[in-house]
Amino acid sequence: MVPLSCYLMLSGILFVCGVLGFLIKRNIITIFMSIEVMLNGVNLSFVAFAAHWHSLSGQVFVFFVMVVAAAEAAVGLAIIIAVYRTRETLNVDQVNLLKL
Amino acid sequence: MICVAGAVNLLVQSHPINSALSLIVVMASLAVEYLLLGAEFVAAVQVIVYAGAIMVLFVITIMLLNAGKEERSKGSRVAILLGVPGAAIGGVLVAWTLLHRANAETVAIGALPGDPKAIARLLFHDFLLPFEVTSVLILIAIMGAVVLASRPEAIARPHPSTPALEETRELVAPGKER
Amino acid sequence: MTPNPYLWIVPILPLAGAAINGFFGRQSSKRAITLIALFFCGSAFAMALFLAAGFSSASAPYYYDLAHWLRSGSFQVDFSFYLDQLSLVMLLVVTGVGFLIHIYSVGYMWDDDGYYRFMSYLNLFMFFMLTLVLAKNYLVMFIGWEGVGLASYLLIGYWFTKDSAAAAGKKAFIVNRIGDFGFLIALFLMIKHFGSLDFTRVFAAVQSLPTETVGVGLLTAIGLLLMVGAAGKSAQIPLYVWLPDAMEGPTPVSALIHAATMVTAGVYMVARSHMIFDRAPTALTVVAIVGTLTALFAATIGIAQTDIKKVLAYSTVSQLGYMFMACGVGAFSAGIFHLMTHAFFKGLLFLAAGSVIHGVGGEQDMRKMGGLRVYMPWTFMTMGIATLAIAGIPPFAGFWSKDEILWKAANASWVYWVIGVTTAFITSFYMFRLMYMTFGGEYRGAPVEAAHGHDVHAHDNHGHGDPHESPWVMLGPLVVLAFLSVVGGFVGYGNHFEHFLAPVFQQGADVVAQEASSSAEKITEYLLMGVSISVAGLGWLLAYLLYSRRPQLPARIAAALGGLYQAVAHKYYIDELYNVLFVKPLIDGSTTILWHGLDQGGIDAAVNDSATAARHVSDNLRHMQSGNLRSYAGWVAAGAAVVIAYMVWMGVR
Repeated sequence: MVPLSCYLMLSGILFVCGVLGFLIKRNIITIFMSIEVMLNGVNLSFVAFAAHWHSLSGQVFVFFVMVVAAAEAAVGLAIIIAVYRTRETLNVDQVNLLKL
Repeated sequence: MICVAGAVNLLVQSHPINSALSLIVVMASLAVEYLLLGAEFVAAVQVIVYAGAIMVLFVITIMLLNAGKEERSKGSRVAILLGVPGAAIGGVLVAWTLLHRANAETVAIGALPGDPKAIARLLFHDFLLPFEVTSVLILIAIMGAVVLASRPEAIARPHPSTPALEETRELVAPGKER
Repeated sequence: MTPNPYLWIVPILPLAGAAINGFFGRQSSKRAITLIALFFCGSAFAMALFLAAGFSSASAPYYYDLAHWLRSGSFQVDFSFYLDQLSLVMLLVVTGVGFLIHIYSVGYMWDDDGYYRFMSYLNLFMFFMLTLVLAKNYLVMFIGWEGVGLASYLLIGYWFTKDSAAAAGKKAFIVNRIGDFGFLIALFLMIKHFGSLDFTRVFAAVQSLPTETVGVGLLTAIGLLLMVGAAGKSAQIPLYVWLPDAMEGPTPVSALIHAATMVTAGVYMVARSHMIFDRAPTALTVVAIVGTLTALFAATIGIAQTDIKKVLAYSTVSQLGYMFMACGVGAFSAGIFHLMTHAFFKGLLFLAAGSVIHGVGGEQDMRKMGGLRVYMPWTFMTMGIATLAIAGIPPFAGFWSKDEILWKAANASWVYWVIGVTTAFITSFYMFRLMYMTFGGEYRGAPVEAAHGHDVHAHDNHGHGDPHESPWVMLGPLVVLAFLSVVGGFVGYGNHFEHFLAPVFQQGADVVAQEASSSAEKITEYLLMGVSISVAGLGWLLAYLLYSRRPQLPARIAAALGGLYQAVAHKYYIDELYNVLFVKPLIDGSTTILWHGLDQGGIDAAVNDSATAARHVSDNLRHMQSGNLRSYAGWVAAGAAVVIAYMVWMGVR
């Protein structure tokens, strides 16, 4: 018997870790990985609630989230490769052509 | 615990490959959590898709691009100043809410059996449309990834031209060198 | 009260003339301009004569409501005109003397470039003055009041390219305005307490009020405020300072506006409001005191002036003081009588002075004149007649009116009489001084170049370089006015004038002193008359001694008096005093506080600084768009935290 809030807490911690990673890290691949961490945290909360409220829709949604995450990872990595070809760097601070 | 350790390690490590490995650790532990919650299908999918495919993709990219240790670079002060406190505040608020308002509900281990049959029933009945849309989404993602990551010349190689095609080209852009 | 539909035509005629000359004068020939101006002014005069001929005391007063104007609840004001004996006297004086001056100006201003402008302004002035005189309520009178102020400004500053003339015009208008402020407050009081500005209604309301013998009540307040307005318009202490400066304008302007008509508007207004003043003895006393003091004060300044027009200007202020003194002791008809005779002889004096100036080629300093009686005999004779009139020598016009005033003043208080007689002595002195300096002795001035070619002139064969007589177009009005200065006084003989005006002034004026008929009173009257004649003669004698027999004496006396003479010669430094007290603080305050402080510091700064602030803000904001991924993420995290906090807070509530 594990309290629900435990799962939710873990989910929150994972999410916060993901955000912090996004902010702190300089390597763009690492940033992507922290995005994945965030998504996983959200997935966990979905499953926890699904179990709590005895509704399978939560798990179905998790399925969809994973699909989207996969797609996004693929495209994102492709972008990274394309950027690396032109910029020769993986440092996100040096990819600031969008500045004013 | 392991999960949290893995997540923190991801932050701490400076070499991306180390971060990737710790991410795999996180995924695995999450799969175990799902099992605990009785979502077998989701756990399986997590391992296969996430830890198996996506992380492999990440590792391949890291090795392809020869990503090295992270160098020091001029970061953004805003990110540190605003973002970290923001994240911290958000986290604290959520935690506080949870601690305050949760009235000690518990979830039994294996409470809800999430066997594939039940999930499949939902997927193909109630959530059919989203299912199809996501499949199209994946297709588009594949195409986009291929286009983005391929070499420029591979895309722009012209088709072998016929006389009719040449005449049309002359009409559109007379005298313009291709 | 009988309606008379011709009343409104009288002011409109000169307005039409002003409009035609104003809009089309620039392209018209001088003959056309002259015709238009003289026609419309002359027709106004003819109209006035026609009204006078049809005037009958039985059916007076006449009125005419031309159009509706203001309606505000129970308060209403219309464009209405009014003619009673008082208005008739003023009307005839204004149109008659005005017409003569128009004729004179044709000759005087013929060579000026802005001839059409001058004629247009003259007609405009006539329109406003007639509106003032013929008004049936205080508001229409105020239109005329302000309008003559405007015309005065335009005409004084007629040669506006000259700095002193433009400044004089401004000074006249601004000082007038100060007086108008008092007038306005009085009007507001009338509206508040009587609910109307119409003469009949106001006076009917006033009639029911008791006489305010103690303290200051409503009527005293109104009376004092009206006096402020009159002081501004008629150049009494302390608002007389504009009149000497107004001599910058052409001489016909000085004659018309500042001798005959505009300055008398104040006296007319006080006379018209006699019912208010009759019931406010305090205000009436103030009027008398102000008038008396002004008369003496201005006369003393006049004896030291060297500019011929300035002497006449101070003389005007002094004579206006006499008129106010008369009104102040309740002798309103005497004041109006003097107004009429003053219009004749002062107008004549100014026109003749203009003739003199014209003849010596523009010189106005009397020390550079002299001996002109040989060169300009007609001017000399007419001016002489006017001088005799103003000095109060019988049987000329001025004697009758001035003596009437002195007699009535003596009845009120011997102090008034003493000051009045002293002023008469000084008046006689400086007028004859003017005559001797200008016309007597030998010509001390520079040779006169004939700088202009006249075609209206009757070319005399005079030696080139000598002062010459003026053309007949200018001399004609002089002669007419001289005639009037001689006979004008006889209307006062046997109190005919007073009886004529009696219906106006005796409505409810139960405090007006009745005409004495006892023999003891008659003897006193003749005695006082003799005194005033003798002081006039004494003044003449003194002037003769000082300026004709021993011309070197005045300089020695002036040197002996030293500082006192300097003070008088510099007009007691009043202008400088006003400058320090009022003008300079106002200008400095306006510059420092309003201009630098408010306008530049406040309003400009607000506009400029808001623009600068916008620039700063955007300058700082643009750093947000750094292209740096991580800062964007930071903003997103912060925003998410805000949203979460908000949702938690909402949930908690």
